[in-house]
Amino acid sequence: MENVNFLYDLLGRNIISVVLVISLPLMFVLVYALVAILAELKVSAWIQERLGPMRTGPWGIMQPIAEVVKLIQKEDITPDKSSKLLYNLAPFIIFTGAYAAFAVIPFSEYFVPAGINLGLFYIFAVGSISAIGIVMGGWASNNKYSLMGAMRSVAQLISYEVPAAMAVLSIVVLASTMNMQEINKLQTGWFWNWFIFGGPGTLAKIWVIPFTLGLGLIYFISSLAETNRVPFDIPEGESELVAGFHTEYGGMKFAMFFFAEYANMFVVAAVLTTIFLGGWNSPFNTFMQGPFWGVFWFVSKAFSVVLVQIWIRWTLPRFRVDQLMYIGWKVLLPLSFICFMAISLFVMLK
Amino acid sequence: MIQYIKNIWAGLSSSFIGMKITWKHLFVKKVTIQYPDQRFTLPEKARNRLYLEMSKCNGCNSCAIACPVNCITVETIRVSPNDPQQEVHFNGKDRKLWVSRYEIDFAKCCYCGLCTAACPSDAINHTTEYEYSEYKRENLVYKFQTLTPEQVIEKERLLAEFRTQEKVCHPETDKKPADNKTADKTTE
Amino acid sequence: MSDKKRLDLEYSQLESDRMRINVGPQHPSTHGVLRLEVEVEGEIVTEVVPHLGYLHRCFEKHCEKMTYPQVLPYIDRLDYISAMNNEWPYVMALEKLMDIKVPDKVEYIRVIMAELNRIANHQIAVATFGLDAGAFTPFLFFFRDREYIIWILEKMSGARLLYNYFRVGGLAADVYPGFKEDCLNIVKQVRKTNAEVMDLLIYNKIFIQRSANVGILMPDVAINFACSGPVLRGSGVKYDLRKDEPYSIYDRFDFDIPVGTGEVGVVGDCWNRNIVRVYEMEQSCRIIEQAVAQMPDEGDVKALVPKRIRPPKGEVYMRAENPKGDLGFYIVSNGTDKPERIKARGSSFVNLSVIPEISKGYMFADLILILGSIDIVLGEVDR
Repeated sequence: MENVNFLYDLLGRNIISVVLVISLPLMFVLVYALVAILAELKVSAWIQERLGPMRTGPWGIMQPIAEVVKLIQKEDITPDKSSKLLYNLAPFIIFTGAYAAFAVIPFSEYFVPAGINLGLFYIFAVGSISAIGIVMGGWASNNKYSLMGAMRSVAQLISYEVPAAMAVLSIVVLASTMNMQEINKLQTGWFWNWFIFGGPGTLAKIWVIPFTLGLGLIYFISSLAETNRVPFDIPEGESELVAGFHTEYGGMKFAMFFFAEYANMFVVAAVLTTIFLGGWNSPFNTFMQGPFWGVFWFVSKAFSVVLVQIWIRWTLPRFRVDQLMYIGWKVLLPLSFICFMAISLFVMLK
Repeated sequence: MIQYIKNIWAGLSSSFIGMKITWKHLFVKKVTIQYPDQRFTLPEKARNRLYLEMSKCNGCNSCAIACPVNCITVETIRVSPNDPQQEVHFNGKDRKLWVSRYEIDFAKCCYCGLCTAACPSDAINHTTEYEYSEYKRENLVYKFQTLTPEQVIEKERLLAEFRTQEKVCHPETDKKPADNKTADKTTE
Repeated sequence: MSDKKRLDLEYSQLESDRMRINVGPQHPSTHGVLRLEVEVEGEIVTEVVPHLGYLHRCFEKHCEKMTYPQVLPYIDRLDYISAMNNEWPYVMALEKLMDIKVPDKVEYIRVIMAELNRIANHQIAVATFGLDAGAFTPFLFFFRDREYIIWILEKMSGARLLYNYFRVGGLAADVYPGFKEDCLNIVKQVRKTNAEVMDLLIYNKIFIQRSANVGILMPDVAINFACSGPVLRGSGVKYDLRKDEPYSIYDRFDFDIPVGTGEVGVVGDCWNRNIVRVYEMEQSCRIIEQAVAQMPDEGDVKALVPKRIRPPKGEVYMRAENPKGDLGFYIVSNGTDKPERIKARGSSFVNLSVIPEISKGYMFADLILILGSIDIVLGEVDR
């Protein structure tokens, strides 16, 4: 696993290529976030039999850019009684947390910003940073709604890390590696080699398929909670908490929260893609398989997951705080433990 | 335990049913339209901005009386018989009153339609015009009088002339109640 | 915290600080400019105090300065979501006072208009209730259908929301050609959407979890608080003025009064209050179908009424079943063309008073749902 980065091969390991490697995902995130915002606007509109934004550009495709421009132009307000440092720092911390996770996401066979061996572990470690940002933002705003949103958010993030981690851990048991690139390589071939269908192996894996399918679902549900999406968007809970932890934020700082949310959505979608849906592998063996097609497959798979997240958002109502905890601790956690045990047993007996 | 599994299953299945419905709606024909380019046709009865046809208005003030928000202001001058300009109404009768001022304040108007019902000569009517927002509140006061201020002064002068003439000829007509009423209305 | 206090802290005193939150008057889900002063302990609501008056317009005093027809546009603005239903008891009260017999056709048109408006109102109520629970899509499905209903009402009266359509002894305008077909199409569309929303929202497990067993209003409490409309019927009390005290021509139609049955949750919770509205839409559809079939085509839409309405000296109280509950008007006439006194008994105002009673001990998110399930309109609460 030395050089999985085509830029290092191309330019050598110097400062330019390091900067390039770091900034490539940033470019990707910015472009992706605009596309995702547009997707959110359009999918919600189509589901509700509306046309959605149609004025800016053909079919309104410039709408996200217009929105970002609007947010940039806005006055940068810091509430008078807020804790200024924390208030201003919070959006950056959240975005950092979301963006840092991109370091280990394998976009292609030949491109992963940092191919470390503890990739999955790293994602979980870094993903929790956003909780700190949310608490900081919520507390520093000096607003009761924000504070409540922040408290809810922390409780939610902590509870849902556990089933998500269990789901990922089960796959780690199956793949016996935490390196995301390695996990991808294991799933090469037809789509039934993906870990959601039990991973590579003989017909004996049929016993493990229900568990991996369940784990995929568990991870997806907990990832919804981790990114504060409906039906788990109680930290923002617009009907009771107005906008939750970012009630007081406006302008570019709000845009940072917004970008971070969408970046986070992509991160969890990327993890789901990598460990369950074969990452950059083509579903059809060697058909369209290759480093460049890898980027295509990876981004399209991850984006489909994001679209499903959007689709769910515009379908389901929101949970209540205690129900959220109930689902996290009493439903998802035991189920993920059962799946984990079953898979461990399977791996032991194999 | 059975209840627990049932609950989980109910949660998942009902969510999938909901997602199926929303998925179907992704592909149906959209109901919204692009507003400034496309519009719904309003029914004929639609109560939007008022329009007064001055040639029909006989200055009876009943619209202003009927209005619950007092957004209509009417001022009239009696037509002097000496006036060279005489008008005939749509119903064939001579005009009795010059409408020197007829203003509707659309900032106040509540589009209830009581004035149109009260109008005896069908002069005031609702149109289907609904886009007339303004930056200044004064611009929402629509003036429907056709007489220019000079004409108004001229008519007042003619009336005063006629009255002094009448006073000279028949001094008792000065105390006619109809006259007083018109005079009150003018000063209002 | 002082040192002394820290010493004698016992387990029983380990109570978190209670926080007072102002929900509203500018808040996305108070359905207007209602302000709730809420005391919460963590997430649990311990006290709710509604503060009213942010939309007070001196309706009752203002009426004394106006002639009887001029009051009508103001009555539209009480419960502006169901303006047709609002006008009805006022007009009926005056007709009772002046002893006017309204033509049959007028009664049928009034029934159809009122029931269409009832559907529109319940659509908003169910939609915003879903929105309070976080479901956005049913909200817009309902608004799409409500638009079709509003088109009919606009074609009839000329206005989309504040109709000013009913007159003492008649109506402002006759039906337009094609009115009956439009009504029957609406009925079809309403039923289709209701069936869809049943799956999408009402029987969704998350929605049931959120709204069932929340904000339970016992029947005796509901009666003691003089609740009416779906709030009362959700508690299982079969009370509907259209059946119990049939006014106009409601005794000619065959319809049921849906009550909360506790099919999900318990009788009197938010879910049951909400489902009553959905079932009532279906009953309104039935009434519209029958009324359209029975409605005479010929006839005038105005009874013989003097141009200037001067009811004889006396007083009258008339009430009708509004979508939100009983709406009553008490009118004292002194024989002139201006009322001596008009008192409106708004159902939203009365129903709102149960909020402090039924929302204690539930979570903060539930309070919003309880408020949504009571379906208030601040125009009627504050008047």
